[in-house]
Amino acid sequence: MAATVGRICGVGLLKPSNLTTISQKSSYSTAKDWTWGKKALLGSLGLVAGGTGAILFALDQSVKASDLELHPPKNIWSHTGLFSAFDHASIRRGYEVYKQVCAACHSMRFIAYRNLVGVSHTELEAKAEAEEQMVEDGPDDQGNMFKRPGKLSDYFPSPYPNEEAARAANNGAYPPDLSYIVSARHGGEDYIFALLTGYCDAPAGVVLREGQYYNPYFPGGAISMAQALYNEVIEYQDGTPPTASQIAKDVSTFLKWTAEPEHDDRKKMLIKAIGIFTFLIATCYYIKKLKFSSLKTRKIEFRPKE
Amino acid sequence: MGFSNTIYNSIFKRTSTMALAIVASAFFFERTFDLATETFFDKYNEGKLWKHIKDKYE
Ligand code: HEC
Repeated sequence: MAATVGRICGVGLLKPSNLTTISQKSSYSTAKDWTWGKKALLGSLGLVAGGTGAILFALDQSVKASDLELHPPKNIWSHTGLFSAFDHASIRRGYEVYKQVCAACHSMRFIAYRNLVGVSHTELEAKAEAEEQMVEDGPDDQGNMFKRPGKLSDYFPSPYPNEEAARAANNGAYPPDLSYIVSARHGGEDYIFALLTGYCDAPAGVVLREGQYYNPYFPGGAISMAQALYNEVIEYQDGTPPTASQIAKDVSTFLKWTAEPEHDDRKKMLIKAIGIFTFLIATCYYIKKLKFSSLKTRKIEFRPKE
Repeated sequence: MGFSNTIYNSIFKRTSTMALAIVASAFFFERTFDLATETFFDKYNEGKLWKHIKDKYE
């Protein structure tokens, strides 16, 4: 072994220039008096764990060309980038799109009107949005349920009372809840954007059943959601031209926000972490140098008795 | 030697004053550090944050 190392690296590696440090280090080792069996066992455990990790990584990185599915192109979003926050005007427009288009079929059960406050709407506006909905509440003192206008603390209303009703109204396909859809799909907001804008005619040979549409980005290609976005399908309050791609971009940004409401704070935290850790690493480096200076400049002499 | 001696004698020598100095400097450090990072974040994202567009809706 030593000969091999010597051949590859030259003798330099085998002749430590600082013998005192090396011998001090070796007396700290806890693996020195392990039995051969224990070393072999731990060694192979490490190999197996590392190998499994490498295989999983390789499988995840591999080219997925086994199915006829188009992978969404990566877009440059206004929130792409280490320090880039959401474009909140876009979130606001995206909410308009969700409310006027998607909410007809998709629920968003985990987002409440209070979540909009300070993100895309003022408190007054969010209250007004909430009051447009009639929410079931109760029971009152007679034991009856009653309807009342929504409050800030109410969650977005669902278009269907339950999954069965949703399926029955959509040819058996269930429009998933959109609250966390961006985190729940490979490709995230790129996938949502590509899906919404990617409808096209089915290529020859693809058979679509009743109520199905062709979308190359949807796994399998046959999706039960009709194309929802067209140019000028809605009108924006702030006057932005409502082209189909603009609408898709805004609703994707909105869905990204609902899935990761902590996104902006996270990026602000990154700036803070970089700042504080630069400072701490510099301090640690200085202290290490300081403490080791006495150890490294020390000379130990061995004087045998003549 | 004057300055560092004064600092040593008045602050670092006694645990009580040392602890007080740590708490006080942590307070000021955190305030300025937060302010600095937040200013950077707001400048970097100029026009995109809610605080930049909210006066349109109030
Ligand atoms: C007419 C009702 C309807 C409307 C309006 C509608 N959807 Fe859908 N959506 C569906 C149905 C049904 C499915 C389930 C499709 C399937 O599983 O084949 C679906 C599925 C989805 C999916 C999941 C796709 C997947 O990968 O599983 C997303 C994302 C989605 N819709 C987003 C939207 C967005 C965003 C809007 C608004 C712009 C919208 N939908 C409007 C009915 C609708």
